[in-house]
Amino acid sequence: MSMHELTLRQIASGLANKDFSATELTQSLLARIQAVDPQLNSFITVTEELALSQAKSADERRAAGENGALLGAPIAHKDLFCTRNVLTSCASKILSGFKAPYDATVVEKLAAAGTVTLGKLNMDEFAMGSANESSHFGPVKNPWDLTRVPGGSSGGSAAAVAARLIPAATGTDTGGSIRQPAALTNLTGLKPTYGRVSRWGMIAYASSLDQGGPLARNAEDCALLLQAMAGFDPKDSTSVDQPLDDYLAALSQPLAGLRIGLPREYFGAGLDARIGEKVLGVVEELKKLGATVKEISLPNMQHAIPAYYVIAPAEASSNLSRFDGVRFGYRCENPVNLEDLYKRSRGEGFGTEVKRRIMVGTYALSAGYYDAYYIKAQQIRRLIKNDFVAAFNEVDLIIGPTTPNLAWKIGEKNADPVSAYLEDIYTITANLAGIPGLSMPAGFVDGLPVGVQLLAPYFQEARLLNVAHQYQQVTEWHTQAPTGF
Amino acid sequence: MQWETVIGLEIHAQLSTQSKIFSASATTFGAEPNTQASLVDLGMPGTLPVLNAEAVRMACKFGLAIDAHIAPHNIFARKNYFYPDLPKGYQTSQMDHPIVGKGHLDISLEDGTVKRIGITRAHLEEDAGKSLHEDFHGMSGIDLNRAGTPLLEIVSEPDIRSAKEAVAYVKAIHALVRYLGICDGNMAEGSLRCDCNVSVRPKGQAEFGTRAEIKNVNSFRFIEKAINHEVQRQIELIEDGGQVVQETRLYDPNKDQTRSMRSKEEANDYRYFPCPDLLPVVIEQSFLDEVRASLPELPVQKRERFEAQFGLSAYDATVLAASREMADYFEAVNSVCGDAKLAANWVMGELSSLLNKDNLEIDQSPVSAEQLGGMILRIKDNTISGKIAKMVFEALAAGEGATADEVIEKKGLKQVTDSGAIEAMLDEVLAANAEQVEQYRASDEAKRGKMFGFFVGQAMKASKGKANPGQVNELLKKKLES
Repeated sequence: MSMHELTLRQIASGLANKDFSATELTQSLLARIQAVDPQLNSFITVTEELALSQAKSADERRAAGENGALLGAPIAHKDLFCTRNVLTSCASKILSGFKAPYDATVVEKLAAAGTVTLGKLNMDEFAMGSANESSHFGPVKNPWDLTRVPGGSSGGSAAAVAARLIPAATGTDTGGSIRQPAALTNLTGLKPTYGRVSRWGMIAYASSLDQGGPLARNAEDCALLLQAMAGFDPKDSTSVDQPLDDYLAALSQPLAGLRIGLPREYFGAGLDARIGEKVLGVVEELKKLGATVKEISLPNMQHAIPAYYVIAPAEASSNLSRFDGVRFGYRCENPVNLEDLYKRSRGEGFGTEVKRRIMVGTYALSAGYYDAYYIKAQQIRRLIKNDFVAAFNEVDLIIGPTTPNLAWKIGEKNADPVSAYLEDIYTITANLAGIPGLSMPAGFVDGLPVGVQLLAPYFQEARLLNVAHQYQQVTEWHTQAPTGF
Repeated sequence: MQWETVIGLEIHAQLSTQSKIFSASATTFGAEPNTQASLVDLGMPGTLPVLNAEAVRMACKFGLAIDAHIAPHNIFARKNYFYPDLPKGYQTSQMDHPIVGKGHLDISLEDGTVKRIGITRAHLEEDAGKSLHEDFHGMSGIDLNRAGTPLLEIVSEPDIRSAKEAVAYVKAIHALVRYLGICDGNMAEGSLRCDCNVSVRPKGQAEFGTRAEIKNVNSFRFIEKAINHEVQRQIELIEDGGQVVQETRLYDPNKDQTRSMRSKEEANDYRYFPCPDLLPVVIEQSFLDEVRASLPELPVQKRERFEAQFGLSAYDATVLAASREMADYFEAVNSVCGDAKLAANWVMGELSSLLNKDNLEIDQSPVSAEQLGGMILRIKDNTISGKIAKMVFEALAAGEGATADEVIEKKGLKQVTDSGAIEAMLDEVLAANAEQVEQYRASDEAKRGKMFGFFVGQAMKASKGKANPGQVNELLKKKLES
């Protein structure tokens, strides 16, 4: 097996057994990225020097007796995690030349665990999108079909891991931005409970919804990464001071007695029936492993998209105000006065989708509209949360499709942003409620991956990883690689 | 027409915390530009605020001191607008759920009455940075040292009816925050800043007139001048058939006038919404109990104690309690001399005018509380008269002696109480004014009363003020009536 085909867990044992060094592994993957990524456009920056120095240090630590599970593990970060002295662009022109002066907590924690950062990954601009088409650095292609989107906004993370350029990556999920690209590229991706992973250094899109998490080839690797990423951070006031579970240890729990709920709203109009069948296939498999299944209802799901597209843009309109051309990033040429500096720096620096959401959000927060939009959306959010709380009184886990459709053609939904917004329908409720969600491979339709989504109560990431892992012990979907990669 | 002025004030008090409200940067005034600005203060992408607990404690102190409801659940909101010295493009403030609710503060007016001013609310917020427009060759510099400094914005009810009342109120707030140790009160450095909402209405009308807001008036004197000017402007405008427009105005102390900054139509829509990076602040009763226990004796309590314990008038007690330093000084004088009335008179009279004349704070007083107390003891034991005491006081102020006794001794100011000597002196005075004595004796009771003062004056003059006035009165009466 070539080094690039190894999972994080296999890399850990390869390094432990001295089959190869972190430096050899890093060199090999850097060469592969250089050779392969031009087809995908998944990296914005390749941090060769940093990677080699981190690999060297990992080898030294190992030689000194350390044996951490991630020591020497190559990864890459979505380009909205601040990385010290490395371009951190959010895939936006407005952050042209912005080298962050500090590391995000996630970056710092993973580096402390010994990971090797190979680069910064492409994404939708400011994480706004479901197709990775809004990047200033150009669209990312889906390795399963280069004419199709990889999903978004963590599209670079998904494409790079799916194409075996890296074994795992960080992503962020505001409305499905980890789970949906994972589903469209045959990966396992986890959005943790809001507050489980620090947001310090993660450039905000919608602060009350954003959450960082891992994308990898299987649940076990996600568990490895999450263990190092998660935890209370005094620098993030919304991070939760609650002990971490041992995610790896939880993987082997048997599923006997697991109560699964299938929300009828997840299987209604708009769902590609072939995806629905794959999801039911997963449910059948879980039944064999001892789970029981019942139908449940999440009656307020229909309001989730409108609520999300008020709250997220409202927060974004404020979060993105700091990109004003004054202190960092892009500034227009020869501003004639302050207003001109603001208008042109922002007008030229932001892309279309970002501007659209800033305008929607500004409108929703305006005097006279605030109650009708923002307050109403927050009320809906509460109802959605209540739906989940009620459902989790009856079941341990909720299962449904991650996406209503398969990966679509690049450019296909550009003319109609709302049709792209509707792709988030099954994922955004978890963000609105703050609960954890995971997407894992559930099979293929027309040669394209299908994802199944698992949702659990607050802070039960261990349960999600456990169920996914148990499923992956008896199925092969997650081991499939795209042809040519 | 008779006009009535209606004023409400918004006071921004910079809280004297060690670090900023949402970051660990220091808050020292006057540092080199941008040396006290961290990643958070610079609004760096990805940074997040963490609330300074000390700022919350200070706000609670203030709330308890004005008898206000402290919200057990208060929320930070973002006030969105673009300005170069506002790095995030929003100010983190409090809008619908401020930490301090309705309270009140009593102020003393010059006529001796006490007036209660309602305080609508007080909320926590972060300060912006500063734009520097000089020395940059047509460009502007930004100094973010001040960005993120904690402010308590104290909003009064429109209960104030004159510029003088406004000044009295600001002075009372100034004293209070200093009593509480939550703000250094340094107006020149901007630690306490005031926005004045001013309107006028015909006397007797219930509805308020349209108000103008005068921004950033930064001294007691300017507050009075700016308000008086604005009131005059509004009255003249209305009397000339015009209308006051709701707007923000700036006071220019050099020209002593206010000018329009922006109208209501030009005002920003700040798009307030709860800050998603900060959780609601939950204040528990146990915390409040602890803060309450840590409060010093406040001006109002001190005033009441001064009235009850020392029998001072409400006015005297209020003036003395208005600043912690003055109250402490007064109590020190009293503990030496044991006569609170005399101590109060001297502190509020001679001492205050001396300090005013030389523009000194009481802790810079050239006459110490011990010196003044010692001098009052000599008034009480008749060693010196009140009149002579003024000379002694001046001598002490000029450093002409370490104690009153030393000055009295050195200058020979000891009061004459030997009745023989006084009588001899009086005999000389009466002899020198024989004609007036004749007239006096021929006059009726009413006229005599008036003339008596003349003889006292002559007698005191003759004794160079040293004769005991009580004895002079008594003996003089005896001699004239005999």
